[in-house]
Amino acid sequence: MIEATLGSLGRPVLQAIASVGRVVLFALSVVGHILRPPFYLRELGASLLQIGWYSLPVVGLTAIFTGGALALQIYAGGSRFNAESVVPSIVAIGMTRELGPVLGGLMVAARVASSIAAEIGTMKVTEQIDALVTLSTNPLKYLAVPRVVAATLSMPVLVAVGDAIGIMGGWLVGITRLDFNSAAYLKNTVDFLEGWDIGSGLVKGAVFGFIVALMGCYHGMNSARGAQGVGRATKSAVVSASVLILAANYLLTEVFFSS
Amino acid sequence: MIELSGVHKRFGDNRVLQGVNLSIASGTSMVIIGGSGTGKSVLLKCILGLVRPDSGTITLDGQDVTKGDRDAFLARFGMLFQGGALFDSLRVWENVAFRLVRGPTALPKERAREIAVEKLRRVGLKPEVADLFPAELSGGMQKRVGLARAIAAEPEIIFFDEPTTGLDPIMSGVINALIREIVVEMGATAMTITHDMSSVRAIADNVAMLHGGVIRWTGPVGEMDATSDPYVQQFIHGKADGPIESVR
Repeated sequence: MIEATLGSLGRPVLQAIASVGRVVLFALSVVGHILRPPFYLRELGASLLQIGWYSLPVVGLTAIFTGGALALQIYAGGSRFNAESVVPSIVAIGMTRELGPVLGGLMVAARVASSIAAEIGTMKVTEQIDALVTLSTNPLKYLAVPRVVAATLSMPVLVAVGDAIGIMGGWLVGITRLDFNSAAYLKNTVDFLEGWDIGSGLVKGAVFGFIVALMGCYHGMNSARGAQGVGRATKSAVVSASVLILAANYLLTEVFFSS
Repeated sequence: MIELSGVHKRFGDNRVLQGVNLSIASGTSMVIIGGSGTGKSVLLKCILGLVRPDSGTITLDGQDVTKGDRDAFLARFGMLFQGGALFDSLRVWENVAFRLVRGPTALPKERAREIAVEKLRRVGLKPEVADLFPAELSGGMQKRVGLARAIAAEPEIIFFDEPTTGLDPIMSGVINALIREIVVEMGATAMTITHDMSSVRAIADNVAMLHGGVIRWTGPVGEMDATSDPYVQQFIHGKADGPIESVR
């Protein structure tokens, strides 16, 4: 009885540990291939376009609405303590340190991790990955490395753009709905914002980009057969990327700001 | 020569290959027949190293295929996949020239394109097809492009995985004739897996039947009809009754 209970508890734990181990090995393998030739620059360029450029609208829209909502919330909360004047600085710090990278990362996870997993998963079930191998091409190097590099490079840029648009969203709400003076709002934003507020968010963005592409590639390459297998891989990629982004965000915040 | 000796492979409880022994002489065309799910594709993938056998040895010209320079080994092979396995994101000519523009002996893009167009012509496709994407082609055209890609680098050994599956009888005949022509013309060693008997008769020098995880029968295609092996007889005549169990 006890043995059976322990067994039923232990099996999923062992499976979870094995899954983590497989992901870590996959990540190490991808990183190991980044600096070794051959380099697929055309694939890298296409991935930068797909992951970076085409994600700009969704990241921008997310940022502008978040910045606006943040300004309203901080104004409403601050008014309880007669601290309405903190709106510009808190919007700027909140966007650059947290909301810009996290919400941007989650939106890119939804858009990019899903599409990478579906594309590579379909390639797997239609034997395109086997075909790559028979054509003396390492699928990890050809498919995963350009996507992971592109996501790691483009996410900080997306975060930076998202930060700027988010702050602009707060400014727009501030001057149109909360009676802030435009010049005073912008001065307050610039005065209180420090370089590391922005830098920490960009570092987070790079880490989140790595996670997004890694999860997309890992689940795509381990997709089961058929439409259901590809669907499951896509779902797993988005869920795991989102959870890992939130977990990594907490860890990075501890490392950057706990003191 | 490709030689398989005591090759075993299982997936969980499913013992797919249970000691396969087979020799394929250089310059000959071997066709592996057998029912669906008997492990024909697994056998082929074991030779290419896409699937690792649990035990047994596979040698190519006396060299263990799992050892040595993998890229050099794969450079000797061309393969036509069952569904074509063309890369959706690349144009037809880029699919055909995929190997030609990569690796230490990579050709300039223009030269690779010329070769790709020539190979497309060889399989009966017009040069205009070169700039289309695979999704714009019919199933038969995709097979031809897959065939052009398999022969683009003029490999010594070509594998064909179910080359006529999903094609109408006329297109099947065209593909079979093309395969036979190309194999003879190139002097290549060919290994084809199929359960299409018209393909067997059109392509094969020798035939091997895989059943129950082992090679049940092997011999020249001319002796296939005369064999007394009940498994082969049931298979080639498509009989429901016989030693091979069928699910009804």
